[in-house]
This record gives sequence, structure tokens and C-alpha cells, in this order.
Amino acid sequence: MGPDFAKLFRGNLPLAAGLTILGLLMLAALLAPLLVDQSLAQVGAVPARRPPSALYWLGTDAQGRDVLTVMALATPQTLKIGLVAGLISLTVGVTLGLIAGFMGGLIDATIRTASDVMMTIPSVAILVLVAANVRSMTVDLMAVIVAGLSWMVAARAIRAQTLSVRERGYVQVARLSGLGGLRLVFIEVLPNLLPYIAASFVIAVGQAMLATIGLEALGLGPQTELTLGMTIFWAQFYGAIIRGMWWWWGPPILALALIFIGLLLTSAGMDRVANKRLGGL
Amino acid sequence: MYLDYVIRRFSITLLVFVLAVSINFALPRLTPGDPVEQQLNQLISTSSGSIGDVKAIVESYRARFGLDQPVWRQYLDYWGMVLRLDLGFSLANYPERVGESIAAAMPWTLGLLGMATLLSFAVGTLMGGMLAWPRAPRWIGWFAAPFLVLSAIPYFLIGVVLLFVGAIVYRIFPAGGGFPFDMTPGFDGATILGIAWHATLPALSIILAQIGAWAIGMRGMIVSVLGEDYIMLAEAKGLSQRRIFLWYAVRNALLPQLTKLALTLGHLVSGAILVEVIFSYPGMGYRLYQAIQSKDFFVIQGIVLILSMSIALTMFILDLLYPLIDPRITNKRS
Repeated sequence: MGPDFAKLFRGNLPLAAGLTILGLLMLAALLAPLLVDQSLAQVGAVPARRPPSALYWLGTDAQGRDVLTVMALATPQTLKIGLVAGLISLTVGVTLGLIAGFMGGLIDATIRTASDVMMTIPSVAILVLVAANVRSMTVDLMAVIVAGLSWMVAARAIRAQTLSVRERGYVQVARLSGLGGLRLVFIEVLPNLLPYIAASFVIAVGQAMLATIGLEALGLGPQTELTLGMTIFWAQFYGAIIRGMWWWWGPPILALALIFIGLLLTSAGMDRVANKRLGGL
Repeated sequence: MYLDYVIRRFSITLLVFVLAVSINFALPRLTPGDPVEQQLNQLISTSSGSIGDVKAIVESYRARFGLDQPVWRQYLDYWGMVLRLDLGFSLANYPERVGESIAAAMPWTLGLLGMATLLSFAVGTLMGGMLAWPRAPRWIGWFAAPFLVLSAIPYFLIGVVLLFVGAIVYRIFPAGGGFPFDMTPGFDGATILGIAWHATLPALSIILAQIGAWAIGMRGMIVSVLGEDYIMLAEAKGLSQRRIFLWYAVRNALLPQLTKLALTLGHLVSGAILVEVIFSYPGMGYRLYQAIQSKDFFVIQGIVLILSMSIALTMFILDLLYPLIDPRITNKRS
């Protein structure tokens, strides 16, 4: 795929735009914590409820935290939840999808039914129950829970693609020439599924982040950690919307909106690539 | 063929029911400690003992759940309660029953979500159709772009911005609630107007985000329909563009669009629930939020159970209807 990279982006504006937005956000999330004085994000570190000024660029919240510092620390955490949860759910989904597509029969039926059932239950419902039952929520725990409930999309997509790849000539040839089991999967099948795996990953990250901020908005997020969703929750909890403290909830909403728009564009762009490949083969 | 399909959908729905009830049963029991006492103690420590006779509630729950009995017995009893729709008492608003609480909140959520989905489906589908139609006016593309961007953003984030602009900066709409405080709801014009007035901003946050999603789906459907022979035939017959668009293209692309409704139902409901929280709208979502804030565990459990079950049931009904409206679906799936 290497030399095709330039070609891949030319004529695929959504993919280029989406990846640029996400890339810039990631860069900001990596650098920002190093550039700010982290102690300003502690409760009572600065005067409360100040609108943006030369001293506090994004103002301060009702608990006496500098919003800019909070943003610098919360954005990486939220991106981390999305990436970790996306990675776990992708791993589970791809594994199950491959197994289902390759084994067929009873195993396939079981995995398919399980994913159908899981897709019917709204994940927020289970999340609420789990979150209400654990003693203290952390960023890592939340990523794991969210991942456990969002593997189905990847599993279904990979299963469908495995079914079609499995019957193609080169896989048949490889099988006939004695390549079997895991090696067949890893050498012949998996590389051909890469576009779909990449597309599933983007969707999984989006779903994980959506579930995460939903949980946080309900007040079931990590109470002692800073994330974008928790920042919005506290703003809503302390009536920042009614009091007109837009500088408190505005930045996290803008950051989240950018993340989701970036994910949508990337996903739309990848769809185009995946479908083009499908048509070309 | 249809029967096989019905049986498969039905068994999946049944499995969802079993799973939802089992999770509801198992989760509190997997966490260490006595769930009832733990929740009550938490409640007392947060609300300084203003919830009435605690011992009596604990006793009544012990007896009700039979927590001294073997687990399989408890599990069966739990099923008995669920089947009788007996979901226990609210801890925060004792002696209100969970069932009553949910029954009071349900119509608000159904109304809000139903109206918003209906409106955005109509507008979004039409918009998506025009986006793909070669002879549609140019401005459609520019007009649709903001909606496509909004479709990426979670409903409740849009809700926060709408609340700020529509109720705080410009004081046009109320900042929360389902109807005016000083009004006793009845079946008259003022009530309906008051309810609609309060529902405008919450509904708008759902509609703005949904339109783009429906439009994207419909655009894809129309593109695939454009190459069909019947469109060519219609053009050869010299039918008007409007007629070809509405009665040949949109009509055929509409049914797959309807199938998407069942697939996105869970997403719609979870989204609407969070919008209710932002607007203090008296539906299931806001009730859930209140229950979480007051650690009212039985209400949380009850709402989660009812939500999962009603979504599963609605999906089942929709799944049964699709093949009847659109024979292509049965053929595809079997």
C-alpha cells in the first residue's frame, strides 16, 4: 500500500480531512499536558466562575479549576478511552468474526446469535447497570466495559468478508498446497481484510466514545478523573448552562464534536477505499 | 420461509429477554455485600436519614427477595416478579412503586422520540433522495452539508448548545421540564401548546442530528436505484421528473431505509435519554438520571430492564412487518 498513499488521499477528501482532524487532535492531546501547569486543574487552584481573560484563557469553572488546563488533561484521557476500548473491541470482534467465518456450522451460528442478541440490548442499559454496581469507576475499567459491549459490528463485518475471501482462488490454492489453519488465516486471509479491519476500528472507536460520554453524562463516569465527558457532566451538574457559563461546557463540546466529525469523515473515506477494493478485485 | 424467519427473530428476542433479566438478577449479587443494605446505607449517608423506616424496608426486601434462599430459587422468584411486572419500590421516593414511576415517565419518552424520529425521517429521507438525484437543484448540496456534519455529533451535545441559545441567551423557550410549572395538565389546547413548547428544544436536538443520518442512508439507496431499468422506462415514457423521483426512485428506496429504523433503534433511544437529562424532560432518561444521582437502585434496574425489553420487542415487531411490506427482504435473508 506504501506508494499508493498519495493516490489514496487524492480524490478522497473525507479520508484526508478526517485523518487530519484526528491527527491534529492527537498531537494536541500528546503535547498539551506538557505545556500546562497541571496543578491549575485541581479544585480551588484558581478563583471560581471567571469568564475567559488574559490570565485564564478559557475562564475558570465553579470549583475553581482553570478550564484550559482541564481541557489539556481531559482530552488525552477521553482519546485514550476511545482508542483502548476500540482496540479491545476490534481484537475480540475480528477474532470472533474470523472464527465464525472460517469454522461455519454450530460455532458460526452461536457467534452470530450472540452478536444479534448483544446488538438488540442497548449497550447503555448494560453499561448503566455495570457502572452502578462497581464501587469506583476508572478510565481503564470504563474502556474495558465499553469494549465488551461493542465488538459486534467488527465481528459481523469481518465474518461477512471472511466468507467471501475464503472462497477466492488464491485461498483455495493455498489450502490445496497444504497451508492450513492459523497460517492460512494469517498469511492469506487477514492481509486482505485490512481495509475492513481499519474501517471497523474507526467505527469501534466512535461507538466506544459515544457509549463513554453517555455514561459520563448520566453521572456514572470516573468521578475523580478528568475526561471531556465528566467535564460536561460537572458543568451540567453545577448548572453552568443555566448560568450562562459557556466557557465551561463549550470547549469540551467543541473538542468532542471535532473528534466525532473526524471519525465520521475517516469512516466515510475508508468506506470508499474498501468498496473500491471490493469492486477492483 | 417466512415461518423460519419468524422463529429465528422470535428466539433472538426471547434470548434478549432472558439475558436482560439474568443480568439484572446477577449483577447486584456478584458485587460483595448485601445489595439492599448496601444501597440503603449509601442512601442514608448521602441524604442524612430522611427516607423513613429503614429497618422496615430492609426487612420487606429480604422477605420479598428471599435472600436467605438458594440462588436458583431466588432466580425463579425473580422471574416470577418480572413476569408479573412487579419491579419493587423506589428507595428514594418510598412508597412509590418502580412500575408506577416508569409508567409515568414512559409516555414522555415515547412522545418525544416518536415525534422527533418521524419528522427527521421524513425530512432526512427526502433530503437524501434529492442529494443523489442528478437533476435536483444545486443548493440542496450546500443546504444539506451542515446536517451531514451535525449527524456525527451526539444528540445531547447539540442539546446543550440549543438550550443555551434558545432558553438562556434568547429567552424564547423554557429551560427545562415537560410542561409549565403553574399548569395542571388536562386535555385542552393550553396543555397541548405548553407541552409542545417545552418539547421543541429537546425534539430539535434529536431532529437536527438525525436528519443527516437518514439523508446519508437514503442517498446511498437512491444512487443504487438510479441505474435500474424501471427508472429508464419511466423516463422513456416521458413522465415528469417529480413523478419519477417520488413514485419510482424514492418509493423503491424507502423500504430498505425503513429497515435501518430497527437497526438504529437502540442508538435512538440511548441518544434521546441523554437529551432528556440536559432538558430535565420528565421521561425515562431523566428519571434514570435522578435514580442514579440518588442511588435508587431498584428504579435503575427497572428502567434498564423495561428499556431493553421494549427495544427488543419493538425490533421484533418491526422485523416481522418488513417482509410483509417488502418481499425482497425475506429472499435476501434466507
